[in-house]
Amino acid sequence: MNRLSPFNVVSLTLGFVFLYVPMLILVIYSFNASKLVTVWAGFSTKWYGELLSNEAFLDAAWVTLRVAVISSTIATVLGTMAAYVLVRGGRFFGRTLFSGMIYAPLVMPEVITGLSLLLLFIGIGLDRGVLTIVLAHTTFSMCFVSVVVSSRLMTFDRSLEEAALDLGASPVDSFRLVTLPIIAPAVISGWLLAFTLSLDDLVIASFTSGPSATTLPMKIWSSVRLGVSPEINALSTIMIGLVTIGVITASLSTKHAALRAKRDEQAAARAT
Amino acid sequence: MAETVFAPWDVPTAEPIIRFRNVTKRFGTFVAIDDLTLDIYPQEFFALLGPSGCGKTTMMRMLAGFENPTEGFIELAGKDIAGVPANKRAVNMMFQSYALFPHLSIWDNIAFGLRRETSDKAAISARVEEMLKLTRLEKLARRKPHQISGGQRQRVALARSLAKAPKLLLLDEPLGALDAKLREATQFELMDIQEKTGTTFVIVTHDQEEAMTVASRIAVMDEGRIMQVATPDRIYEAPASVYVADFIGDVNILTGTVTATGADTYALTWKEGAAPVTAVSETTFAEGQQAHLAVRPEKVAIHTTKPDDVDNLLEGKVLDIAYLGNLSTYHVELPGGQIIKAQTANTRRLSRRSITWEDPVWVGWTKTAGVLLGA
Repeated sequence: MNRLSPFNVVSLTLGFVFLYVPMLILVIYSFNASKLVTVWAGFSTKWYGELLSNEAFLDAAWVTLRVAVISSTIATVLGTMAAYVLVRGGRFFGRTLFSGMIYAPLVMPEVITGLSLLLLFIGIGLDRGVLTIVLAHTTFSMCFVSVVVSSRLMTFDRSLEEAALDLGASPVDSFRLVTLPIIAPAVISGWLLAFTLSLDDLVIASFTSGPSATTLPMKIWSSVRLGVSPEINALSTIMIGLVTIGVITASLSTKHAALRAKRDEQAAARAT
Repeated sequence: MAETVFAPWDVPTAEPIIRFRNVTKRFGTFVAIDDLTLDIYPQEFFALLGPSGCGKTTMMRMLAGFENPTEGFIELAGKDIAGVPANKRAVNMMFQSYALFPHLSIWDNIAFGLRRETSDKAAISARVEEMLKLTRLEKLARRKPHQISGGQRQRVALARSLAKAPKLLLLDEPLGALDAKLREATQFELMDIQEKTGTTFVIVTHDQEEAMTVASRIAVMDEGRIMQVATPDRIYEAPASVYVADFIGDVNILTGTVTATGADTYALTWKEGAAPVTAVSETTFAEGQQAHLAVRPEKVAIHTTKPDDVDNLLEGKVLDIAYLGNLSTYHVELPGGQIIKAQTANTRRLSRRSITWEDPVWVGWTKTAGVLLGA
């Protein structure tokens, strides 16, 4: 066993402190009985109860979830299509321009993206609400999906698609039966990325939402401006908990798949 | 009763299954295939042999339908196949990387092509079982491609490409990834399967031994052109050019000018002051024409004492010995620096070998041993 040197202990501690102390404080105060956020008055779960009866928060959570699911799904379809054309389309007129432009929204300040979308929606007379947030989120998250999927497609052995064509599959069938199942992990992680981006977006949602639709980040932001309430702490703790469970599940299943693949390969080696 | 020799290329009435007619393929300004005309006959095992970049893979991809000729046309069984997409051609290909679908089992890989043309489950199942049996993979049907060995993968790729009973099977460097022993066994397996199924095979390879072993005919290619098309023994024994002679196997080349000394016998003056070498040639040469004499090392004998009655005899000393176990190749340096390679079978144990480095020796060959080539 390697023992940790004092230097490693210090850097490890500093890292954890910077990353987790703010969240830890938030989690602790979410169980505070006092209404004052900074004064500890004993353990209580009453803020969680109040949160569940707060219609405004529940509505906002529902809007956020709907927007995230719909926009990330559309973004995944569009982003995968764009990635496929960019990687497989060969040389066509405007390819360089298109590939440059698909990456531009990644580095574009969110304020500008939000503002330009707002102007567009006003220009075409689209009422702002859930639909406009979905459209806005689809727009910026499809670029991320396209980046993730195209990097997978670049390492994809093209002869697999040729083999499918050679065996009589139409181009559509060869994509559906060969390409898609193989790039599925990248498509799924693209979807997850888009979903997460949509969940925690505040800036673009603020620009493109209307009075009928408020997302959770917007709701939290507006209520914090009136003072941090323990309810917000409780809500944030739930969100941290969900993210933690998600991350742990994902990494466990990846590890499980890797272990199974290794076992399979060992079995194959024994068989030969 | 004489056995019928399989040689449809010598039969004027035989209908080729593939016809390349003045096919040119350009990628930008690069000419991959240069005005190529070629016939391949049904049930042939045809090898395209050449160094990398000679255009052999491009020819195969044009047959499969992944590339189209820039000029000229290709006929498959009498029909021009330009414009017929890859998925509509009665041609299947075995890819160099095998291109097995990693998410499908061996069974499903083999069934993939069959499912595209029929939904008859019983027929698909029967055909897959037949293919599994042919390639001896019955026990591995449920495995995924990453769960089997390289040699087994190669057999799956073969089974998958044969499952649809194509008119023509293309094999792109099919044995490249196998080690020497497995490779040799697989070559014979391929020939066996080709005979059993009666499918026309076109194999692309850069390995001349592989081409010699499996093929009924070989096309030696260089820079988009075919240098010679002939049976393996003709390619080896009667190469049409110095390039072919040099590409296939090892060869000694003497260059000089020829003088006729008989009806079909020529004397080649290969060095000032040295005795000319004599050779019998089927092709005729003009007086004083430049020519090359190509002699295979195994047709050159090495002697420690000067022998009598040898058509061509040159004196030199042993410069190098390449010991290959069953064979030894002696590099003999002639006065003036020319090196002649002579190969002998090691019928005696090494310790009893009489020739060693720096020994003065004679190398000799008969006048029919070599081929006189114009260029």
